[in-house]
Amino acid sequence: MAIDLTENTTSTTPRVNNPIGDRLFRGGLIAAASLILIILISMVTVMFYSSRLSIREFGFHFIIGQVWDPIKGEFGALPFIFGTLVSSLIAIVIATPISVGVAIFLVEQAPKSVARPMAFLVELLAAIPSVVYGLWAIFVLAPFLRVYVQPPLQDAFGFLPFFKGSTTGIGMMTGGIILAIMITPIITAVVRDVLEAVPVTQREASLALGATKWETTRIVLANASSGIAGAIVLGLGRAVGETMAVTMIIGNRPEISASLFAPGYTIASVIANEFTEATGDLYLSALIEMGLILFLVTFIVNGLAKLLIFSVTRNTVQSH
Amino acid sequence: MMDQRRITNSIMTTLTAACAFGVVALLILILGYISYQGISSLSLSFLVETPKPVGEGGGIGNAIVGSLILLGLASLVGIPLGIAIGTYLSEMGSGWYGTIVRFVADTMIGIPSIIFGVFVYVIVVLQQGYFSTLAGSLSLALIMIPIVTRTTEEMIRLVPKSMREGALALGAPEWRVTMDIVIPAAMTGIATGAMLSIARVLGETAPLLFTAFGSRFYNIYLDEPMASMTVQIYNYAISPFEEWHDKAWAATLVLITLILTINIFVRYITRKKY
Repeated sequence: MAIDLTENTTSTTPRVNNPIGDRLFRGGLIAAASLILIILISMVTVMFYSSRLSIREFGFHFIIGQVWDPIKGEFGALPFIFGTLVSSLIAIVIATPISVGVAIFLVEQAPKSVARPMAFLVELLAAIPSVVYGLWAIFVLAPFLRVYVQPPLQDAFGFLPFFKGSTTGIGMMTGGIILAIMITPIITAVVRDVLEAVPVTQREASLALGATKWETTRIVLANASSGIAGAIVLGLGRAVGETMAVTMIIGNRPEISASLFAPGYTIASVIANEFTEATGDLYLSALIEMGLILFLVTFIVNGLAKLLIFSVTRNTVQSH
Repeated sequence: MMDQRRITNSIMTTLTAACAFGVVALLILILGYISYQGISSLSLSFLVETPKPVGEGGGIGNAIVGSLILLGLASLVGIPLGIAIGTYLSEMGSGWYGTIVRFVADTMIGIPSIIFGVFVYVIVVLQQGYFSTLAGSLSLALIMIPIVTRTTEEMIRLVPKSMREGALALGAPEWRVTMDIVIPAAMTGIATGAMLSIARVLGETAPLLFTAFGSRFYNIYLDEPMASMTVQIYNYAISPFEEWHDKAWAATLVLITLILTINIFVRYITRKKY
């Protein structure tokens, strides 16, 4: 009897029943997952290969070259890199304090009944397409800045190089502001997650010692600081790659000017504007090299942001 | 001393509240302005006609159909692939390979959409020699895959372990457990994630500029340029004609209504879980 029983149990081990089905399923899913790596690798390879003409012709000089002249076949990316950096920095400087403020209000101060619908409304800002922000910026934001913001700024601070030149409403400043509006919901969402990841006990301890609500919030902020830094870096990544809204409002002139009122040009904008008109292999190759630079920069920036955010949120993931 | 601390406290509370209400006010301002400007040019003929020269009316009928075709094709590729990768990450992705795939998917979400357009232009448009619906759909699908991947993984992770263990204990093989128990249990979440990815690419313009390009006619052929609402809005917006600006606002109202409806619907479905 005892021998029969052992034989029975070994022959009905469940996993042995259907090894082929499991192996096929596993294989299929791994193949799908590998596809995302294949896409990434082929994107880098294809863009690198397609920009070989420009890389060979200009080398490192591509990045520091200031002249962009398709007719003479001279391509330097510096004005575009400058425009991308300046417009993104304006956006970060404006969006960071506002986003952190919104997140503090939603997580630390507002009652749940107010915070939840409000958080949804803030998220809706991120659902508005870039081209719609561009349209709004052309017909509402730019005229507003031209009439009500730029002239007073020039009157007050016109002696500084940043506020010189004609106040048209189209240019670096407007581009930076529309970018700020677009990245605010993104930074807010991440800062909210990060603040919620800070343990409640820290707030309780601080309040129990007699600290005010704001003093408690400062302690929470200190604990979440690397996550907040990650949120800002993530916002920077988005701002750097934003295309349509900036293209419609920044003026599209490859010049390096200290004035925030002056028109500029960004990497993404020049690709959007000139890609279909690029005549000649070198011209196209130079534009693809711009795309490659934008791709690598945003990939690194996003990876960095993810690591910073993870350093704060991983504790809550483990404790769940 | 105490007073000063209290004053700081109330000042900061007021400031953060001002930030929050200011951002919400901005949203209402933008949406309100779109409605106000868009509604006057909106009519039935605007929704069915094709673009015409200035002064002769015209609409966005072909652009609406074009957007739907581009989106449908992109979903056909992007959503199943995203779900498969998300399932892999949640069910088998705890090792080093899963970590790499997750990191790449996460990071790809932040890649500017125009880059996908450049990539598809080089591998499809440049090879074929013409702009096409297929190229446009491919660029949108590439944008959808990482988005669907991430939401699918999150949603499948919410399915309790005990359900998997129960099914395995009854002798079901692993693939049946995933296909018949885990994925159906997470279906609502996966579907909402897919809908959000649709809402997201519905608003994409940059990758379509040099893949689907745009068209002034009704078109159903996949190897020809295809109109889309976003590219049409862009073309109307940067034109010098007042009449076309009105059309840009009306088309924007249609686009925003679609996108916000999807977002609000998803919010309504998932309101209890979050």
